[in-house]
Amino acid sequence: MSHARNSQVVEELRERIAHLEGCASRKAVVLPFGVPEVDERLPGGGLAYGALHEVAGGGSGTVDGAAAALFTAGIAARSKGKVLWCLTRPDLFAPALSQAGLHPDRIIFCESDKEEDVLASMEEGLAFGGLAAVVGELVRLPMTASRRLQLAAEKTGTMGLVVRRWRRQTEAADFGNPTASTTRWRVSVLPSEPLPTAGVGRARWLAELMRVKAGECAEFELGACDAKGRLSLLPVSRDRSDTSSWQGSRAS
Amino acid sequence: MPADQPLVVISRSGSKRWVSAADTAARKVGLRVGMAASKAQAVIANLTMIDADPAADAAALERLALWALRQYSPVVAVDGVDGLVLDIEGADHLRGGEEMLISGLVNLLRSRGLAARAAVADTWGAAHAITRMTTAETTVVPVGGVSKAVVGLSIHCLRLPSDTIQGLRTLGIETVGELSAMPRAPLTLRFGAEVARRLDQLFGRVAEPIEPLRTPELVEVSRNFQEPIGAPETIAKYIRKLVADLTARLQERGLGVRRSDLVIHRVDNTRQSVRAGLQKPVRDPARLSKLICDQIEKIDPGFGIDKMVLVAVMTEPLEERQIASSLIEEQVVDVTPLIDILGNRGQRLYRVTPVASDVPERSVMRIASTADETGADWAVKWPRPSRLLARPEQIETIAVLPDQPPVVINWRGKRRRIVRADGPERIFGEWWLCPREMEAVRDYFVVEDENGERLWVYRAGDGVDTATGSHKWFLHGVFG
Repeated sequence: MSHARNSQVVEELRERIAHLEGCASRKAVVLPFGVPEVDERLPGGGLAYGALHEVAGGGSGTVDGAAAALFTAGIAARSKGKVLWCLTRPDLFAPALSQAGLHPDRIIFCESDKEEDVLASMEEGLAFGGLAAVVGELVRLPMTASRRLQLAAEKTGTMGLVVRRWRRQTEAADFGNPTASTTRWRVSVLPSEPLPTAGVGRARWLAELMRVKAGECAEFELGACDAKGRLSLLPVSRDRSDTSSWQGSRAS
Repeated sequence: MPADQPLVVISRSGSKRWVSAADTAARKVGLRVGMAASKAQAVIANLTMIDADPAADAAALERLALWALRQYSPVVAVDGVDGLVLDIEGADHLRGGEEMLISGLVNLLRSRGLAARAAVADTWGAAHAITRMTTAETTVVPVGGVSKAVVGLSIHCLRLPSDTIQGLRTLGIETVGELSAMPRAPLTLRFGAEVARRLDQLFGRVAEPIEPLRTPELVEVSRNFQEPIGAPETIAKYIRKLVADLTARLQERGLGVRRSDLVIHRVDNTRQSVRAGLQKPVRDPARLSKLICDQIEKIDPGFGIDKMVLVAVMTEPLEERQIASSLIEEQVVDVTPLIDILGNRGQRLYRVTPVASDVPERSVMRIASTADETGADWAVKWPRPSRLLARPEQIETIAVLPDQPPVVINWRGKRRRIVRADGPERIFGEWWLCPREMEAVRDYFVVEDENGERLWVYRAGDGVDTATGSHKWFLHGVFG
């Protein structure tokens, strides 16, 4: 009984905060992951459009950002429309994105020489309004820059996705600094799904939801994107009782 | 006509006929420009002579100038009867710098059978002098190096009337250096103010603005200011007004602009220009003014701007189209406005498209961001890494030949024990592209180490025959 009343109070407070934030007039639109366990942890039941989301890699993924890029590509693939992908290091391999469901016709790459140009291009892309998502690969994301991106995204309802990748693994401590993004994810690789025969099965990720506005942190063991960019819950413990071997390698 | 046959162009004035141009073969046998036609005929028996057609020459030069105006710089003018002058300030970086711009220009002209010389200098006078007086095809005079570069040149290059040159030579003056060392007053008294003016223009002491070439087809709007303007907001305001005028004029003609230049005249009689290019013809004032206003920070108003000119340099027909009703049909968003904005800021925009090649680095091709959508996708369904290293990195491995995956790999100083692996996926060299790949083979493996990191490694060679590769191992990509 008291619980119900509490939730009503919380709901009212949430509404009031949303009103103060100035987005009350717009209906909150989200892109669900299609995995109920993940979606129920996110406010609105999915990744919010018109917001900035950060994805970083864990372990050696902090430098190559391979899993983070695929995770992002999967999100972009499930949205509808064109995607602007801003980067400075052109080492993304498009066939892999296509295998995650993001067709090459949908991606416009924007290669810059400087990080600042990536930020400027992202902001322009978010402000343009006709894109499904704007992805940027960044080393640094200062508070001011992230706030600008978040505001630009709020104005048009385009989803902003930032793939954080650093030059060295030790620099990844920067991910602890606050930014204005709505959610923050860290995607680290896990041993792949075992097959009955020798070989590498479906890739698995540990997706840590490190921060979410109006929500709680969580972690999920997910199966990597399929050909349509969909994830699925694929816990390691289902296949293997001993998880100590990979837990030591998880990003600190 | 064979290329080694001497050919000269003969000009005539009254009964006097002289050689006004000679080709390489003619120059080799001793014919010179300015030689009497009869004398030239006496030197060579079967000399081919063509009558000069100054009007056609001028028309051809103007066509060339118009081409340069579209391709190279917003400010292009015809210089004399045999040259072009381009103001490349702020336009050279698009061609990779001054040296690249002029060498590219000279090479392009040579491929069309035109011999040209080009020079970049601080002043019009200096560039004019150097191209006509040196034999080098391209010269770049560093900033501030004009006086050093022209001091030894003959006074013929000063753009003075021939009788003045003759008079100066009578006085024993042969080079620019000697002339500039002379006292000004007696020179002016004897030859008029022209000598001092040309010298000052050569050294950049007085400004010599280039009056850009314009044709009746070019749509141009301009605005004069009674009081010089300088604030960015004011400049932006007038840019919007100019764009509105320009688009109204384009509307009358049914044209859309592909490239437009804003030329700014400052009160100190210098000019600056800003160029905006578009992927598709556009007549929308808001889009065009945004593109130009984006570059306001590049404009240095100095003491103020007293005139702004906006020209549509490249135009294309633009007809009005019926927009499909968006009630039922899905709306297709046109992203060209965004591409124009980012492209004008100097970002490299592209899309990628599949290429029918098994070699991973060749299977992706960059295409223009506005290219038509092909719908093509990679046919290969084997897993591909999300990050592909620009160059495969050699790794140390322990592996059983011929077709076992490695057991241990050592990459970037980190030793990894391989738990799972998939492969080999054999990729053959493409001998039709590169003869060295006639027998080359790569065996790709997907390997996963004990931490779950999935890597794409390959062995050069099939593991049996050393002709197919060195049997060294390389890491080519990282899976997510």
